[in-house]
Amino acid sequence: MIDEGLRSELQKQGVYTTTLEELYNWGRANSVWPLTFGLACCAIEMMAASMARFDLARFGAEVFRPSPRQADLMIVAGTVTKKMAPLVVRLFNQMPEPKYVIAMGACAISGGPFKQGYNVLKGIDRYIPVDVAIPGCPPRPEALIHAIMTLQEKILNQKLTGPDRPRHLNADVPGEFPVPAYGEHDLEPSSNPGVWQPPAIKR
Amino acid sequence: MPGARIEVLPNDCPAGERSLLVDTDHVFAAATFLRDDLQLRLDYCSNVSGVDWPDAEITTKTKVKKIVDGVEKEVEEVKKTVRPGFLEVVYHLYSMELKHGPVVLRQRTANRAEEVPAVSLTPLWRGCEFQEREVYDLYGIRLGGHPDLRRILMWDEFKGFPMRRDYVSPDDFEYEPTPHDEVLELAKKHYPPEAKA
Repeated sequence: MIDEGLRSELQKQGVYTTTLEELYNWGRANSVWPLTFGLACCAIEMMAASMARFDLARFGAEVFRPSPRQADLMIVAGTVTKKMAPLVVRLFNQMPEPKYVIAMGACAISGGPFKQGYNVLKGIDRYIPVDVAIPGCPPRPEALIHAIMTLQEKILNQKLTGPDRPRHLNADVPGEFPVPAYGEHDLEPSSNPGVWQPPAIKR
Repeated sequence: MPGARIEVLPNDCPAGERSLLVDTDHVFAAATFLRDDLQLRLDYCSNVSGVDWPDAEITTKTKVKKIVDGVEKEVEEVKKTVRPGFLEVVYHLYSMELKHGPVVLRQRTANRAEEVPAVSLTPLWRGCEFQEREVYDLYGIRLGGHPDLRRILMWDEFKGFPMRRDYVSPDDFEYEPTPHDEVLELAKKHYPPEAKA
């Protein structure tokens, strides 16, 4: 790694240095293309965020792709019902790596006001790894923009090598997540233990 | 319609909107009449609902004259009868042509068994199709004559009818930091308070 002081000194002289990792992450962080995909009222806020007033285009994330094959980011915007959950997991599996998930709103995080219902999944983090969670019901477009900025920060800090390298550069980590099946009352299995563990109770 | 049992049900609410109760054998004929009669022309079915009426105990007090200790007295007698439960399908009908409505049409099933039969009115009003599927999905009323009676909101493998009053949802309670009301009861059941040392 080049010394920061030397680097800024070189920049003043018109010599720019970088690393492959930085260049790679910089490119990825500024072109996060989300999947066109909304489940409930949070999707309305997501649409508002992509329109002129809030202008998600400032962050390079305005290109909502209609196909999971072209998308980098899945914004789970809204209540995930148990009927919808396998389809969400399947869509996520169809996205090429590197891919990220933003869980938008109380419902996508935990089931929200519908948590005790018989038909609502208690959070999409049971089946797919969530990178950024936005609380709110629904979150403001500014909150979604903040989530995308948080995700950009996360992408910029990812290492290409080493033990904590991301999933898509680590062949040992599974890239595909099992799709749950419909059961008689609930999804089977009711969570993916490789992704989610029930919270420990503090008394 | 010979043999049809038609009843006008009163409604105690301020609007006092009464409804028409027809037995399941004749509801199709009655609905056809309501749609095709030139005075009524109820050509639009705006809403289909299901209602679950569980078994109810009805207490009626009647004053009876009785001889008590040689003196005639009025004594209140309390009678308790059990009204067997049933399921109900309610249709709200309007006329687009004559601009009147709604007429509330009800049909009742014989009991609350699973897949209890009733009559579909989708052949008369196509707009009923999805709403009757919803009634079937959530209440388990098998509406005979429906072109495509499947579950619509729940998945096909689902067992039970969740909008029935006696439906018990699967016990999948999870820890909540601030439980209250019904959730608190569940929380107490799942995480019994530790014995104080």
